[in-house]
Amino acid sequence: MVIELAKILVFPGLVFLFAYAMFAQWLDRKLYARMQNRVGPRFIQPLADIVKLFSKETIIPKSVDPVLFRILPYFAFAAVATSFLFLPIMDSPITSIDGDLVIVAYLLTIPTLVLSLSGWVSATPYSIIGGIRCLSQLFSYEVPYFLSLLTPALMLGTWNINEISKGLPGMIVAHPIYILPVAVAFMVGIIALQGKLERKPFDIADAETEIVAGPFTEYSGRLFGIFRLSLDMEMIVGVSLLVAVFLGGVYPFSGALAIVSYLVKTIFVLFILAYIKTAVARIKINQMIDFGWMVLAPLSLLGILLVVLLHMGGIL
Amino acid sequence: MSERMILPIGPQHPLLKEPTHFKFTLEGEKIVDADIRLGYNHRGIEKACEERTYLQDLYMVERICGICSFVHSTNFAQATEDILKVEIPQRAKYLRVIVGELERIHSHLLWLGVAGHEIGFDTLFMLSWRDREIVQDLLEIITGNRVNYSFNTIGGVRKDLSKEEIDQTIKGLKVLEEQTKYFADVATKETTFIGRVAGVGYLPKEVALSHCAVGPTARGSGVDIDVRRDLPYAAYGEIPFNVITSDRGDVLGRTIVRVGETLEAINIVRYAIEHLPSGPITAKVPRKVQPGEAFSRYEAPRGEAVLYARANGTEKPDRIKVRAPTLANLASVRHTLLNQTVADIPIIVAAIDPCLSCTDRTSVILKQDGSPKTEEIDWAELRKRSLISKPLK
Repeated sequence: MVIELAKILVFPGLVFLFAYAMFAQWLDRKLYARMQNRVGPRFIQPLADIVKLFSKETIIPKSVDPVLFRILPYFAFAAVATSFLFLPIMDSPITSIDGDLVIVAYLLTIPTLVLSLSGWVSATPYSIIGGIRCLSQLFSYEVPYFLSLLTPALMLGTWNINEISKGLPGMIVAHPIYILPVAVAFMVGIIALQGKLERKPFDIADAETEIVAGPFTEYSGRLFGIFRLSLDMEMIVGVSLLVAVFLGGVYPFSGALAIVSYLVKTIFVLFILAYIKTAVARIKINQMIDFGWMVLAPLSLLGILLVVLLHMGGIL
Repeated sequence: MSERMILPIGPQHPLLKEPTHFKFTLEGEKIVDADIRLGYNHRGIEKACEERTYLQDLYMVERICGICSFVHSTNFAQATEDILKVEIPQRAKYLRVIVGELERIHSHLLWLGVAGHEIGFDTLFMLSWRDREIVQDLLEIITGNRVNYSFNTIGGVRKDLSKEEIDQTIKGLKVLEEQTKYFADVATKETTFIGRVAGVGYLPKEVALSHCAVGPTARGSGVDIDVRRDLPYAAYGEIPFNVITSDRGDVLGRTIVRVGETLEAINIVRYAIEHLPSGPITAKVPRKVQPGEAFSRYEAPRGEAVLYARANGTEKPDRIKVRAPTLANLASVRHTLLNQTVADIPIIVAAIDPCLSCTDRTSVILKQDGSPKTEEIDWAELRKRSLISKPLK
């Protein structure tokens, strides 16, 4: 019982997630800065930001619904923290059930919904526009994201994240042709994740120069800190999910070394995310929806089609 | 969302570098009406000029703009020299061209960075501002200052260009040229950048003409105007250069014009340095200026800047009037904003390279219901309020 609780709350649960989220934010900002020929933040900066936000006054505007305004950030936080329990960090995740891929995918949708709802609750022009943009964005990346997660699940015939991550490397070694659909789906997954995390080029919902901070405009102090923290943690969860589903989780190590391969792989994905962020400008919401449905969705369908064709071709 | 919604932007907003106010009426994300209010940054510089001597005013008008400071000081010096009927030495004319064009390079690189930032392309912002440091350093080497150069004086310039300074400038220009070509490449080829600027903020040629747009805003819509060529001042009459225009009319057109002008400015500086005549750099001028009036025009990086000066025979001018290029361009902004989306607001506003505190010549106080509070005051009262010795209540 104590060990279970420690696993959930400390390692590889909440505390680890928090620490790694801080590290990932630092790495992301540092890489972004170095690629732009800047110095970048100190290692302690993300933690200092959170501490600062938590110690600041929380202002609740008169126009908002105070109850909803207060509890929304915790919903995002809880959803992200829960979804981390299903992801393999060590040899096996803290908990694993059949169909947890679907559970994680849905839990990861909650922060976006909470964001758009908080925009509506704030009831100011910037936050309402931000909230609308959040939702319209959701419809353009969510379907390709789910479809790309579906590709490896179809290959292995299971909805269990742990089984997928354990089974995928062996399958690809046995039949190298399967690298094709996985590569296509991984590409779609990474781009859709960029949209999910509201990073460039898809940071449309909190476009600074247009609508200040979008849904966050009215948030301050601790509530904003929790939002920021849950978004940082969402990045880790999203990246870990991609690693587990497409890159074989902790393969090839096991036991204590498993964490090493997990860290190496997640940092690799974080690097790709930072690279995309550096190389592009923010696109417009209509361009994003066009891109989501005209490029990403067909690409993810192509991945599934490849799997189906390979299955029918009798390679498996 | 067929309902109409009001989106206020400013006076404080991350989009704006200086205070101004926009009121947008939206239908969903589409802008159906736009209202621009100026007057948050009136500093009374024209009035302050009347309180000071000509030489002091030279440094006063330099502080109208933090970016194109040389524009205003040259304009003032030219107008005063015109009243005095003084011909400045040839070398001074060339030196003014060199500093003026270096300033154009710095202003356009700054704009490119701001434009990148407005559309969320922070990498372009960081890199173009990094390379802008080169030209800032060159300006510091030549004039001694990075922003307000204090390089002009009535009757010429204050500092000569030495051999080492010329060598350093030539070296710096080489790096600048390479980097500007790279930025030109990014601005015309990077997909997400093109997606944000092509077809956005369209300003037809007729509208540009009827709304009196100037500078890159007009040239980006195919209006072929440039004071440097049409009414040469300083040494521009002797220097060959091309006026860059684009027929696109959108923000991309204005970007192409600005990047092209940066490359052209590098060539002008090179030519001016190679053909720098020898001789003195100042002409002797009297302290008191005989009665008369003059009008000076200057092609600033943002467009044509105009300065009118009237002298009354004393040490202080009787009247100074400055029209900054932003005022001429602001009228076209409303036209370009209509029927665009919220996401286009930052880049369309930034596309004229607004310099609002240079523009403001008045303050308007709005009442609670938003209507302007008007009050009639006579000349004596206005003068009393403008006196620097008596602070405003």
